[in-house]
Amino acid sequence: MMSSVEMVVIGASLGGLDALEELLSGLPADFPPPTAIAQHRRPDDSSRLVQLLASHCALPVLEPEDKDPIEPGHVYLAPPDYHLLIDGGRWSLSTEGRVSYARPSIDVLFESAADAFGARMIAVVLTGSNADGALGIQAIKQRGGIAIVQDPRTALSPVAPQAVLDSSTADYILPLGEISALLVKLCRKRVPAPVRNRLS
Amino acid sequence: MPEEIKEDLELIEIELLLSAITRRYGYDFRNYAPASLRRRIRRILAREGVGTISELQSRILRDPYCMQRFVTNLAVSVTSMFRDPVFYLAFRQQVVPLLRTYPFIRLWHAGCSTGEEVYSIAIVLHEAGLYDRCRIYATDLSDELLDRARSGIYSLSHMREFTHNYLRAGGENDFSSYYTADHKNAILRADLRRHIVFSQHNLVSDGSFNEFHVILCRNVMIYFDMVLRDRVHRLLYESLGMFGILGLGLKESLRYTPHETCYEALEPAVHLYRRLR
Repeated sequence: MMSSVEMVVIGASLGGLDALEELLSGLPADFPPPTAIAQHRRPDDSSRLVQLLASHCALPVLEPEDKDPIEPGHVYLAPPDYHLLIDGGRWSLSTEGRVSYARPSIDVLFESAADAFGARMIAVVLTGSNADGALGIQAIKQRGGIAIVQDPRTALSPVAPQAVLDSSTADYILPLGEISALLVKLCRKRVPAPVRNRLS
Repeated sequence: MPEEIKEDLELIEIELLLSAITRRYGYDFRNYAPASLRRRIRRILAREGVGTISELQSRILRDPYCMQRFVTNLAVSVTSMFRDPVFYLAFRQQVVPLLRTYPFIRLWHAGCSTGEEVYSIAIVLHEAGLYDRCRIYATDLSDELLDRARSGIYSLSHMREFTHNYLRAGGENDFSSYYTADHKNAILRADLRRHIVFSQHNLVSDGSFNEFHVILCRNVMIYFDMVLRDRVHRLLYESLGMFGILGLGLKESLRYTPHETCYEALEPAVHLYRRLR
């Protein structure tokens, strides 16, 4: 039997706003795991992205502060001009240099999640304009996590999903509209364990 | 070898590395935030051209220059001038009027890295006509970063971003008047550096060295775990005069820190606080 999913991470860049709105609107209010999103953003991006996503989502959507606890059934958006990492059940921020020209970077989030959750996680790569996310998926696959990639043929910008497919074997390749239903199915199986990972 | 065992091995090696460094050099990184520390160590492996953390440990133990590079790589933070323009705007609007009442102003920039944010505050103070009353103490762990900060030299390619930030932070002058440029670099005006002292200070181990009217410690404690963060907050609190101002990063909070109730939020959205007790 598949292990309990303790974290869902999602990466997007160009075209991400619309894609995320659609995906999040398909998540029910009792979606068990925490969800973290790395969406490429400008450093001076206003906080309206959180509000926009929140208005399409039955779950609470927020930008975490450094060392905030990671709570099940919440959606976290990486804040502008920081990388988002995971530290023993809490969010950890970094101001290291941009990765793939991005801060927040998808790879940084994904690699940290792979360290923290091993096989007990799902990663989703949506539309995007560069390869940020490909290395992160590799790290996740190495540890037995599940990789879902938006079908490049349906993505506003196919570069990111294609970069993942060029370097890894995805578990699922789906049009955007089918991704949230799959997430619900994969995350439903068991009562989730409390968030734990090897760093605690 | 199974992936899970390899992962535990990395954690073991990191723990041994930090212990070795503490014993050999007296720098204690054991309360740094593990996730970002781990990431940095991996990058250091690549930079040093070694395959394992154990090899890195061997090199560091035997080569003080390797150790210096390690310290610099842990202390470096990629920032920009007027990073978070809203912070500097709030500083201009809320803090500057308070500072005007003091005949002499001491500021501490704790964890100044390569200095961009120190010079940003210097410009704000200069434009407010307060700079001559100010003494800015800018400290960091790494001598190399301090040397770079002291030089006031930044890549010309960053100036456009800095200018954009400066304007959004309420700057009304021509930003290029603050530096001279050659084909590659911008050199900040010497008069901006006149009242800044850059010196080495270790937030982990060193104590308070003065009492300040303003302390800025922005996006430094994100690299510390909660134990160290709380300890540093005590140090900052003890170094801040009554009604002194504390500035944190945009996504750092005083919430759940031991000194939370000692401050009021001057401008909550940008994490500018004033000590009340």
